[in-house]
Amino acid sequence: MAEPSKKYIKNKVAFLETKVPGYASLLGIAVILLLWELICRLEWVSPLFLPAPTAILTTGWEMITQGDLLQNVGASLYRIVLGFLLGASVGIAIGLALGFSRWAEAIGSPIVYSLYTIPKIALLPLIVLWLGIGELPKITIIALGVFFPVVINTYSGVKNVDAILIKAAVSFGASHMSVIRKVILPGALPVIFAGLKLAAGTSLLLLVAAEMIAAKQGIGSMVLHYGNLMLTTKLMVGVVVLSLLGLLFNRGLQWLENRLLPWK
Amino acid sequence: MRVVVDGVSKTFRDKKGKEVTALSQIDFAINKEEFVVLVGPSGCGKSTLLNIVGGLLSPTEGGVYFEGLSAKQDDPRLGIVFQEIALFPWRTVIDNIAFGLEEMGVGKKERLEKAKVYLDMVGLTGFEQAYPKQLSGGMRQRAGIARALAIEPDLLLMDEPFSALDAQTRTLMQEELLTIWSRTRLSTLYVTHNISEAVYLADRVVVLSRHPGRIKEIIPIDLPKAGRDSEEFRVPFDDYVKQIWNLIRQEAEDALKEG
Ligand SMILES: Nc1ncnc2c1ncn2[C@@H]1O[C@H](COP(=O)(O)OP(=O)(O)OP(=O)(O)O)[C@@H](O)[C@H]1O
Ligand SMILES: [Mg+2]
Repeated sequence: MAEPSKKYIKNKVAFLETKVPGYASLLGIAVILLLWELICRLEWVSPLFLPAPTAILTTGWEMITQGDLLQNVGASLYRIVLGFLLGASVGIAIGLALGFSRWAEAIGSPIVYSLYTIPKIALLPLIVLWLGIGELPKITIIALGVFFPVVINTYSGVKNVDAILIKAAVSFGASHMSVIRKVILPGALPVIFAGLKLAAGTSLLLLVAAEMIAAKQGIGSMVLHYGNLMLTTKLMVGVVVLSLLGLLFNRGLQWLENRLLPWK
Repeated sequence: MRVVVDGVSKTFRDKKGKEVTALSQIDFAINKEEFVVLVGPSGCGKSTLLNIVGGLLSPTEGGVYFEGLSAKQDDPRLGIVFQEIALFPWRTVIDNIAFGLEEMGVGKKERLEKAKVYLDMVGLTGFEQAYPKQLSGGMRQRAGIARALAIEPDLLLMDEPFSALDAQTRTLMQEELLTIWSRTRLSTLYVTHNISEAVYLADRVVVLSRHPGRIKEIIPIDLPKAGRDSEEFRVPFDDYVKQIWNLIRQEAEDALKEG
């Protein structure tokens, strides 16, 4: 009798668990940079419109060592960090209050939702009018831009905390303060972080806008300045710095999230 | 000490204004070191009653009070084991168990020591630093029980704590609960669907009827606490089960038809 042939069952969902090597995330960027460099070297486009990556890099280095790139970055960092912290902390506090107290919710949520949809950039001239052209208006507009996504996410995060956990805490004698601190805040934290990440993008946008309107220092004013002078390579340095700043911001938040939410 | 459920009624009003009477005139008491089990068909108001006793829901009429607590103590301590388990996902097992002690203001060292005692008691040794997500269903429910025991409550409340577990785990957990209970002898109110579980654990079984939820009968289980499931008591054990089942049967069938 012939031996029956064996048909093994294959895992049909193995593709869901495909392992990707670490260098893969750099692959796409590397290819784009290479193509970009190639196009510039072959002089298909004029360096006035698109400078080569290597040119941007060397110019960037010169601007760090001989120019004032670091001062500009420093000024921008100061504004964005302060504005972000201010907007985020006020947003979290008010979001918690809106979610926890029925009174605060009834009074506050119509206000929040009616202001939320205003593009914050449209308020910039008004804020400059009110607060002048110093640091304060820039920090304010960034804080405003951060506040809204954070407050709304915190609010919905609180609303989504499982009621049974609140009941459990109360049944073990937790006070209202304790419930907020030990149940509602940690329960809402994953959604709060989603809000913070959203706000990171907004804050960069508003930073640049504010610096373009009225500032002597900062990456935004630097980009605008070199744009007016048609110094494209230096302008591109500013753009690259902004993209690095965004990346740094995102990674920083990710790191903090991993630290604060080990139970996820 | 005695816990008295005194003329408790509860009427829910839904959004359309329709009224549902979940409980009507419930009177009974839980004595010191007594294990009382509530059984009844689905929807008869067992959870509602347990929540009222646990201070998580207001009765429409009547009330629940403790008799004979020491005058110093202001509020009776309640330990609740939830059907949904309700461990805090962001706390490790040991911190979950220590939660009630933390809220009572017990110092860190002491509460961790105490929590450890109950962690060992429910057989979770070695899982102190695990998060609830990393535990199996049975282990989570053990942690929930330890959390309730750790505050050394005046009354222990459990709402179908084992209903989400598989049959084998459930049997083991029942045995363990009995062992733990024999050690702590806490006054307990326990809700279950499972009639043999009720006969196995109870000093008295309170049978509820439906629409509205009323006490149909209170049945003292006159068997020794240890070894009820042994061959020696099989006949009286089964008689109790049959007796309770006959009380519930008709209504359980009605409940099924209504969906
Ligand atoms: N929040 C509520 N609003 C309106 N009606 C409710 C509410 N909670 C419970 N009920 C009604 O009260 C009755 C009793 O509900 P309860 O949850 O206490 O039943 P149960 O005996 O625990 O049922 P089960 O065994 O299925 O858990 C049901 O008819 C239910 O529909
Ligand atoms: Mg129930």
